Amino acid sequence: MSTADITLPTRRSGAKTVAQLLAFVRRHVLTVYSLLFFLYLMLPIGVVIAFSFNHPTGRFNYRWRQFTWDNWLHWNAVPGIQSAITLSLEIALFASIVATALGTLIALALVRYGFRGRGVTNLIIFLPLSTPEIVLGASLATLFLHSTGYGVSIPFGFWTILIAHIMFCVSFAVVTVKARLIGFDRHLEEAAMDLGANEWVTFRKVTLPLIAPAILAALLLCFAISVDDFVVTYFNAGNRVTFPIFVWGAARVATPPQINVIGTAIFAVAVTCMLGNVFLQNRRAKTA
Amino acid sequence: MGLSFLHRRQGATPYLLLAPGMLFLGLFFLVPLGFLAYQSLESGSIDFGYAFTWAWHNYSGAITGYGTQFKRSFAYAGIATVLALVVSYPVAYWIAFRGGRWKNLLLLCIVAPFFVTYLIRTLAWQTILADNGLVVRTLTDIHILSPGDRLLATGTAVVAGITYNFLPFMALPLYVSLEQIDQTLIEAAEDLYASKWRAFIRVTFPLSLPGVVAGTLLTFIPAAGDFINAQLLGSTTNHMIGNVINSKYNELIDYPAAAAMSFILMAIILALVLIYARAVGSEKLTG
Repeated sequence: MSTADITLPTRRSGAKTVAQLLAFVRRHVLTVYSLLFFLYLMLPIGVVIAFSFNHPTGRFNYRWRQFTWDNWLHWNAVPGIQSAITLSLEIALFASIVATALGTLIALALVRYGFRGRGVTNLIIFLPLSTPEIVLGASLATLFLHSTGYGVSIPFGFWTILIAHIMFCVSFAVVTVKARLIGFDRHLEEAAMDLGANEWVTFRKVTLPLIAPAILAALLLCFAISVDDFVVTYFNAGNRVTFPIFVWGAARVATPPQINVIGTAIFAVAVTCMLGNVFLQNRRAKTA
Repeated sequence: MGLSFLHRRQGATPYLLLAPGMLFLGLFFLVPLGFLAYQSLESGSIDFGYAFTWAWHNYSGAITGYGTQFKRSFAYAGIATVLALVVSYPVAYWIAFRGGRWKNLLLLCIVAPFFVTYLIRTLAWQTILADNGLVVRTLTDIHILSPGDRLLATGTAVVAGITYNFLPFMALPLYVSLEQIDQTLIEAAEDLYASKWRAFIRVTFPLSLPGVVAGTLLTFIPAAGDFINAQLLGSTTNHMIGNVINSKYNELIDYPAAAAMSFILMAIILALVLIYARAVGSEKLTG
């Protein structure tokens, strides 16, 4: 009897807080859901980062044993990992520069000029984006395999990887720069021309500074896609090993925690670049 | 774009701008597709080499021999696409309408996880879904899985991996189309006594359809050709056509079969996209 007297009020207040909580959740259901969604997005990333500090006992880094800094201090202790990273960075650097240059020119032509063949051009830009990677990889490898029959020998290696990466990056660069070009005020260029600037000077002094952020965004996007690519590279690499190919090979025999170290490092650099970009955009929006 | 180009003088300039990039794509994207088509009709063996013989049997052989993998690819890709749409629509909506000045930062949060190398991300899912991992233990505790059941090496794991790995391709187009919606239209619907839900169904959702179409295509197409999720999260009974093409090309050096399968894959994707485009209205495809 006495216990019931004591528990009853607390149970009632407990029910009340539950009801309050439910009401809160109902009112903010979308917010709560979105936060859960972001938690889900970050879950594997958390695992990657955490396991970069793990000291695994076996060849595989799947179960948590012990915290250690060793993997970060000796990030290149695994044979082959350093050369794989170097190759990936070299390819990404060259591929993003060339692809962005080619893509910017195409975007300028598409947005600024009326010409016959615009539809076909748009289609050829769109097609690589909507072709499965495995088909892109297999077809390009087939070209290189057959090239010897036409008197040109292109052995699989650095150059074939570079060509492959430029190929699938160009369309991304076009789309990125095009979006910016469509958005901006043409009157600025017309004003420059009215004031006596010729086309080249107008481009250099007006157009280029205006689309510079888009060019930078295209460069970063191409770099990120290139560093991450596995499928197309795998078909065209011959015996060269990029970082994703290294991971693929490792996944079959052993996964050293150094893989997580590099994955975390790439992630950290990319997020820093993007945060910088968001910060710049916000500041520009404020001053404009 | 508009009509602004009309008072631009025509000439060689656009072609000069296009030339380097288009030549590159022509040589290393279009011509290779031609070579792949040629190769798909070759016959022979690794030892004696392959020669062009109009070998249409590569196509019929691919369909009869690997029909299961084809069907599985499109089933997995289809389920993953629908899941990605359902999972990310509310979040895209939330960012577009409630994001305020945090919009850019929230979008960054959506994209950020995908800067961890694809393969490493998928290996992390291997850890999460492992037999003694948290997910399996929790699901066993609440009797959704019975003891001894696994997630790893099942179709569920493969579909879950595909869904996760292509999420930004779905979420970003959804966000863009939702963000462009004129808020006053929704307010008008509510002023005319439409409930919030009805206003969403009749006004917001139809206006976001271009994003839905773009997102589903951008997710479905790469998903149908994927083989990494099936390789790392599934077993051989979950292999998709991508796994078959990869092993034929890179391990068995059976180039003609791999080429024929690539073309069948492309053809089915193209057919599905056209049917889909007709169903939702083709003007929505081009935006």
